[in-house]
Amino acid sequence: MNVDSIRDGIVIDHIAAGGGMKLYRLLGLENLDVPVALITNVVSSKLGRKDIIKIDAAIPVNFDVIGFVDPGATVNIIRDGILKEKKQMGLPERLVNVLRCKNPRCISCCEQELDQVFRLANPRTKEYRCLYCETKAAGI
Amino acid sequence: MTQPVRSVIDILDLSPEELDRLMDTAEDIIARPERYREACRYKKLAALFFEPSTRTRLSFEAAMHELGGAVLSVTDAAASSAAKGESVADTAKTVSCYADIIAMRHPKEGAALVAARNASIPVINAGDGGHCHPTQTLADLLTIRREKGRLSNLTVGLCGDLKFGRTVHSLINALSRYEGLNFVLISPEELKLPSYVKNDALKARGIPYSQTTDLEAVIGNLDILYMTRVQRERFFNEEDYLRLKDSYILTPEKLKKARPDLSVMHPLPRVNEISVAVDDDPRACYFKQVLNGKYMRMALILMLLNLQPA
Repeated sequence: MNVDSIRDGIVIDHIAAGGGMKLYRLLGLENLDVPVALITNVVSSKLGRKDIIKIDAAIPVNFDVIGFVDPGATVNIIRDGILKEKKQMGLPERLVNVLRCKNPRCISCCEQELDQVFRLANPRTKEYRCLYCETKAAGI
Repeated sequence: MTQPVRSVIDILDLSPEELDRLMDTAEDIIARPERYREACRYKKLAALFFEPSTRTRLSFEAAMHELGGAVLSVTDAAASSAAKGESVADTAKTVSCYADIIAMRHPKEGAALVAARNASIPVINAGDGGHCHPTQTLADLLTIRREKGRLSNLTVGLCGDLKFGRTVHSLINALSRYEGLNFVLISPEELKLPSYVKNDALKARGIPYSQTTDLEAVIGNLDILYMTRVQRERFFNEEDYLRLKDSYILTPEKLKKARPDLSVMHPLPRVNEISVAVDDDPRACYFKQVLNGKYMRMALILMLLNLQPA
């Protein structure tokens, strides 16, 4: 299968197989009117199988979301057909408006204008906790 | 140069050295109260209590009065702008225009943090739902230090509602920074200490602890017995509350098995978890805790306002 290389845009590579669709949704890529390719189950020497997302436009993306979904992913920024920057993701220290606190006693659940902020509590277990009430993040 | 505004939301906002300094200040206030009578002259404390409270609010108010300062109080959320839908952030910004320091109690967890991030004056968390209650912990620490002469090498029993009991979580976090602590966690299965407190405060620091449902089996091993109330306001289900509320009742009979130098503590208010017959036992420290709380709040107000005694 061939997907054309992009001239100005972003390639999210080394997504563990199966994570591509989740990332696609969380980044809101279905709402874009630019070419986006989600390629799944690509053979990878490093991962065995991997997913790749190619966005054919120089749009801002939330790197924290990428790092949260797959800290092993890499992001390649392409400008004028040339790799301008390669970013190795990793677990972000904070997630802003990515997760929602499920604790009905939390201030962020009743004051809607507050950002939903989660902090990385345990990198080993990938555990995030609400900044306000310390409730453990539920899955997404 | 202007000092940055400092707030205390969680007991861990204070380093062990700062805790020591606060306790030293409190001891000095107890010994020489006249030095502090004008320390907060012309300063105003806004006591914002959006949840019912008697002792904590009165303790803050008494603390500020004894420092020579004034108090502005909100004691009924229904009569405040919060009832009109004002956000905590806006309340904090507004009150910053009137007062020099805020003590806030709010039923929602994290409300004090939101206030601190929006206020231009120091905010003291006077309890945010079931989350944190750092000034109760200050009272507890001073009580332990005064009763035992140390905060290290102690076997501390925590009994009752360890799930929703914010005082227990804060106390464990504070004591976990001292050497030689051993915790005995006594609770019904449904009210066990949350795993995040165990993981962060105990397991991560290699602090020994044991869990049991049987108070009488362990009471003889304890230096401190910290009793807590099963709090009706933390339950969504009245049936659960009624089933669990009488899990532990400390009586003179049970205390016979305890050491003669045990210190019985309780953040108060109590319902029936400590029999009133225990009050006359010299090991009962809970009313001393109340008094110590006022002195520690005085010390904290002085610290956050960067004020020195005369």
